[in-house]
Formats: sequence, structure tokens, C-alpha cells
Amino acid sequence: MQLLLESLFNGVAIGSVLLMAALGLAIVFGLMGVINLAHGELIMLGAYTTYVVQLIFKLPALQPVYNAYVLVALPLAFIVSGVVGILLERTVIRRLYGNPLETLLATWGVSLILQQFVRSVPLAHAAGLILALVLGFGLPLLLPSSLLAGPRARLVRAGSWAISALGGVLLAGGLASQITRIARATSRNVDVTAPKWMRGGIEFIDITFPVPRLVIIVITIVAVVGVTWFLNKSVWGMRIRAVTQNRSMSDCLGIPTDTVDVLTFGIGSGLAGVAGVAVSLLGSVGPNVGGSYIVGCFMVVVLGGVGNLLGTVLASFAIGMLTDLIGAGRLLTIWPDMPAPLAGAVNFFATTSMAQVMVFALIVVFLQFRPAGLFPQKGRMVEA
Amino acid sequence: MSTPLSKRLFAGMAAASLGLAVTACGGDDKAANVDYDDSVTVGILHSLSGTMAISETTLAETEKMAIAEINAAGGVEVDGKSYKIEYIVEDGASDWPTFAEKSKKLIDQDQVPVVFGGWTSASRKAMLPVYESKNAFLYYPIQYEGQECSNNIFYTGATPNQQSEPATKFMYEKSPAAGKPFFLVGSDYVFPRTSNTITKEQLKSLGGEVVGEDYLPLGNTEVAPIIAKIKKALPDGGVIVNTLNGDQNVAFFKQIQDAGITPDNGYFVMSYSIAESEIKDIGTEFLEGHYGAWNYMMSIDTPASKTFAENYKKFTKDPGAVVADPQESAYNMVYLWKAAVEKAGTFDDDKVREALVGIEFDAPQGPVKVMPNHHLSQTVLIGEIGTDGQFKILESTDGPVAPQAWNQFEPSSKGFACDWTDAAKGEKYKL
Repeated sequence: MQLLLESLFNGVAIGSVLLMAALGLAIVFGLMGVINLAHGELIMLGAYTTYVVQLIFKLPALQPVYNAYVLVALPLAFIVSGVVGILLERTVIRRLYGNPLETLLATWGVSLILQQFVRSVPLAHAAGLILALVLGFGLPLLLPSSLLAGPRARLVRAGSWAISALGGVLLAGGLASQITRIARATSRNVDVTAPKWMRGGIEFIDITFPVPRLVIIVITIVAVVGVTWFLNKSVWGMRIRAVTQNRSMSDCLGIPTDTVDVLTFGIGSGLAGVAGVAVSLLGSVGPNVGGSYIVGCFMVVVLGGVGNLLGTVLASFAIGMLTDLIGAGRLLTIWPDMPAPLAGAVNFFATTSMAQVMVFALIVVFLQFRPAGLFPQKGRMVEA
Repeated sequence: MSTPLSKRLFAGMAAASLGLAVTACGGDDKAANVDYDDSVTVGILHSLSGTMAISETTLAETEKMAIAEINAAGGVEVDGKSYKIEYIVEDGASDWPTFAEKSKKLIDQDQVPVVFGGWTSASRKAMLPVYESKNAFLYYPIQYEGQECSNNIFYTGATPNQQSEPATKFMYEKSPAAGKPFFLVGSDYVFPRTSNTITKEQLKSLGGEVVGEDYLPLGNTEVAPIIAKIKKALPDGGVIVNTLNGDQNVAFFKQIQDAGITPDNGYFVMSYSIAESEIKDIGTEFLEGHYGAWNYMMSIDTPASKTFAENYKKFTKDPGAVVADPQESAYNMVYLWKAAVEKAGTFDDDKVREALVGIEFDAPQGPVKVMPNHHLSQTVLIGEIGTDGQFKILESTDGPVAPQAWNQFEPSSKGFACDWTDAAKGEKYKL
């Protein structure tokens, strides 16, 4: 019982990290058919956002509420990665719809640019830049449309951008002067320290449940429930699904497909940002952090069946359980007197690196029989 | 419809890029008012970009500092003439073939008499054939797995018998977990695997027990299965020997603490790749009470060690900078090269190589000496990580330990040694 529970928890813990990282990709790749190799870097941006938020909450003025910084980091990371994702969609990906190979190469290039960006630009300035972008695009949306269409439209736009730029410069300057650690560019990995209440473990029937893992599981559940609700119940969710199933028909019926693309991509990217918060609780944050998750993300989405959220959920938990079962050598604990040759084989695969080999091999075999994954999607992808 | 949007985008980019205005940093190096008769150019080859840049830039800085110090003191004296040391810095870019390519460039095109460079064993293995075929000389500053002894490389970092062996002995005999079983964790590449083979053989001879080992693929930070295995294999605490690489340490230490694998519960981690700068990165709260073994620790309480740390802070203009073993090793090798050149009275590689063996130097760690196998004899320190992010030195060997290029616990190299002063012995001879 205890063994079963521990094994189950470990599998769910590993799986939920995978799921959180892959959820955004499941939307971007699954619903839009865009192979976004910069997805890992969007995760990285979320992780860096957590780091910056953590430092801001260490300032004397915010010290009393330091423990709550993760709650602020979650929506902020969503916004930061979402905005960068939207920018990426508007500038690069939109021009490449229907050309998966070019998209793949272009987004790979973007991922390299983003990696170098966090190495060469001080985080304080990056935060200012992102604020300026958010304000610059956001302000016109808040203004009455008469102003934007009127004769002074140009002036109004220029004014709103000027305000945004000022805001960005102020934030960058303020952060750089208050927090010396982000005033200079560095390629050093940085570290996010979870607040006290999120550290340590909870003992329950002789098993220690690490609190950060529990937090990640909760975040994942909330995100999956939220996304499912959004796609199935909300108006925009239905529009997204409509466009996924038949783009030209949706267009004819008056659905703004262009806006739907931006929204879908923004949400997928924002979820990557949230994954970044989760990831930062487990390891260190560095320019290369995305690279270690991107393969896992694609693996989960492909195994689950492109375009199916339930498949993504099941696939990530299946991979999580399998990794734990093989990697921690649990088969031997469950069945201690298995024949010697079999025990030898199990032992051989009971290291983390061999477990990974085994999991990959099993997935390859599985895809031989079900090439479209657990739940094949019937419908049309985004096609130009 | 795309035009207005791109315009807005462009405007946004332009406006936002204002926020990127970087303040120019001023200040030039203090002008040395020493007269030199001539100058000599050496090569510095480290990764200044990519994954390894974090670690390797500190070595490049330390080497530049040593060169600046030597220059300020009058440069290198050869044949009655004083030479100012100039340097060319090349970027290995964390890419092993690039290390080989840049080495060729430094040797053939820039004609440097010596190259200081490398960090990972992979980069060294990539450069080795270049230096051997061109009969050039590489100075390599990192503690490594041994099992190599080239006439064209001078190794100033520790061999396993100068780091892991004393550490294993300490953990097994004197640590709070003395006599308890060991679990070995490492990244999946040559250094951890070789190092752990040596540890296993050594423990066998000490009477200790290894109850498990696991290797994490490079770049993977999912340590949950390893934690499950450690808890199963060491239910009552014990020693964990850690040879994980870089960022993987962060994930490991964060997560073992949450899982209750802490010094308070009887688990002690001995790490071979965690020095002061890594402690700073990972966070002291995760490392407190765990152990490390090095030839130099910043907390060494001697004037030489303190001056070294102070000078480095001044040189990098960073009052929070720390110095660690790899940097001390990089610092030493520049001075050792200078001493060898002055002893040989020429920059000629073959003569410098001969002159090098036997040279002694008062390093920040204390006296070190170049041995016939092109490695250094050095003191070994065992320390416990304290709240201040520094090692509390618990044990130190009585004076320097002689290096063994070929390990005496590893079955394939047992009974072999290396001696470049004797033509009949060379790279690997039977003792």
C-alpha cells in the first residue's frame, strides 16, 4: 500500500511537471499545428519572471508579503510569456502558416535569440522592455475607439507609445537602481528560492511528500481545468475550436480568424510561462533551462495525440509513472524473487539515464502501432 | 491589414528599446609605468559563451589578473631582458571541436609559446591531439579524473588521489556518517563514472559498502527517481558522493532537502564539483552541513590566500566576488609558466617543459611543486559548508600530496605511473 502510494505520487509528480510544460504546446502545436521550438524559451522567460518577482518582493517595502510572491509570479509569468508569444506570432509565425519546416527553423532561430537575449540584456531592462510592450499594445485597447479613428489617431498612438516607453524606462531604471543583482547582464544561472511555506515535506503514513511537488500538482490541476473550461465553455474557446476544425468556414461565418490565432498562440505561450514558475521551484533558472524540457513536451503531445488535451494529460502521467517505475527500480521491490536474468535486466535499466532510453524505446514501439498517438484527432489543422 | 500592425510593432520596438539604454562603464586599467625590453604573447582559451561560460570566464579573469600582476612586477625576465606578457583571448564557446580549432589558430597563426585553457574533460580530450601533433604546450587548470598523462599538457588541478580519495577516506572514517553505506550520484559522462569506479574500489579496500549509484543524463533535472532510490538504499542515513555537473546540483540539493535527505536526518553529501562560486549560486541554505574537498578554499586563513581573494575582488571590480579552487589553479599555472621560462632562459617549448619539472611556487593554498608527471603536488582540504557560504576546514593533509596520473585503485591503471623526465619511462610505465 505504502509502496503503491509512493510510486503513484512520484509518477504523478514527474508527470505533472511534464504536463504543465507541455500544456501550452498542446494548444499551439495541437490546435494550431505550429511547431514552436521556442516553446522551451517561453518556459525560461516564465522562470526568469519568477526570479525577478522574487527579488522585487525582497525589497523592504514588500518584505511583509514576501511569502505570497509565487502567487504574483504566476499571472505575471503568464502575461510576460504570453506577450512575447503574441509578438512571435505576429512577426514570424503568422507569415509561415502552412509551412511547417520553415516554422520549425524560424522558431529554432527565435529560441537561440531569446537565449542570448537573457544572457546579454540586464533583467531590469528586459522587464522594462516587456512593460513598455504590454502598455504599448494595451493602452489603445482601453481608449475609446473614436479617439483611435479620429483625425488625431496618429497623435494618440504616438502618445500612448511615448507613455509606454516612459513607463518601461522608469521600471528599468527603478529596478536597476534598487536591485543590483539584475542591473547587470549575466550568463550565470540564477536561483529561485521557494518561500518557507513551500519548502520541506509533509509526512503522511511514513512517506514524505515534498511541498513544491504538491504545489506544482495543484498548479497543473488548476491550469488543466481552466484550459478545458475555456476551450469548451467560453465564446472564444468555441471560436478557437471552430477555426481548428474548419478555418475557411469559420471565416465565412464571421469569426475573426486572425484574432483567434493571436489568442490561441498567446494562451499557449502564457501557459509556458506558468510552467516556468513551476520549473523554477525545482531547479535553477538559466538561459538553457528550456532546452531540457522541449523534447519532453513534444514527446508528450505526440504520444497523447495531436490536438487532444485529454491525450496530453494521460500521456504525461503515463510517462511519469513509467519513468518512476523503471528508473527507481520499483519492479524489483514489487516482485523481489523474479528470475535472475530478468532481475539483471531490470537492474540494468534502473538508472535515470537508462530509464530514459527505455521510455523513449517504449514510445517508439507504441507509435508504430498507433502513429497518431493515444487519441487521434479527426479534423483539420490550421492551413493557409 | 498587416501594415498598420507592423507599423505599431515597429514603433513599439523603437520606443521600448529606449528602455534598454545601457549606462556606459568607464575606468581603464591602471597604467603600468614599468619599462619592458620586449613583449611575449600567450594564449587564453576558455568558453566565454555557451553553457560553460559561467564557470570558465572566472578562469580567464584570474589568468588575466595573474598576467597583470606579473607585468606590474616587471614582466618575465629572459636572458637579461624583460618581457611584458600580452595575451590573446579566444572563445571555446562550450563546443569541444571549437577548442581544437582555436588551439590550432593560437599555435599556428599567433605563434603563442603557451596556451592556458580548458575546463571540461571533453574539451581537453579534443585539444590533446592538436598539442601533441604540433608539439605545443597546454596548461590545464581543473581537477579531473586522471588516467591521462601527456607530454604536451601540464595539469595543475587535482588528480583523484588529491581530491576524491582523501575525501572518501574522511567520509568513511571521520564524518558523522562514518561506517555507514555510500550512495554515488553523478552526471552521465566520463568524470563521474571514472571517479565513482575509483571510489567503489577504494571503499572495497576500506571495508565500506556502496549500496547504489545513479547517473543523470546531462541537461536532465528530474531527480525524483534518484531520491526514491536513495531513500530505499539508505533508510538510516549515510554518505552520498555527488559528482553532478553545474545546474543539476541545484535541482538535486533543492529536492533532497524537501524529501528530508538532510544532515539533520543523517545524510551527508560529499561533492567534488561544488566550490565557493557554486555555493553562491545554489544557495547556502540548501548546502549547509554538507561537505567538499579541494586543494584551495577561500577560507584558508593565511595572508597569501587573503591577498589572492582581495586582489581578485579589486581586479573584477566586484566586492562580492569569490575565489575558488579552479581559479587558484589557473592563477598558479601562469606563475609556474613564468618561473619555468625564467629558469629555462628561453620561450622554447621543449626547454621550458624540461625546466618546468621541479619548480616550486608559494601558491595561495601553500607550497606546490611540479612533479615529473606534469601534475602538481598539492595539499588536500576537507571542509564543511557553513552558513556564510564558505568551507569550514575540518581536515588538511600534512603538506602536499604527490599526484597520481594513473589511479592506483582503478584496476586498469593499477601499478602504472608517468614520468616525463626519463625517456625510458614516459607516459605510462609499470612501477
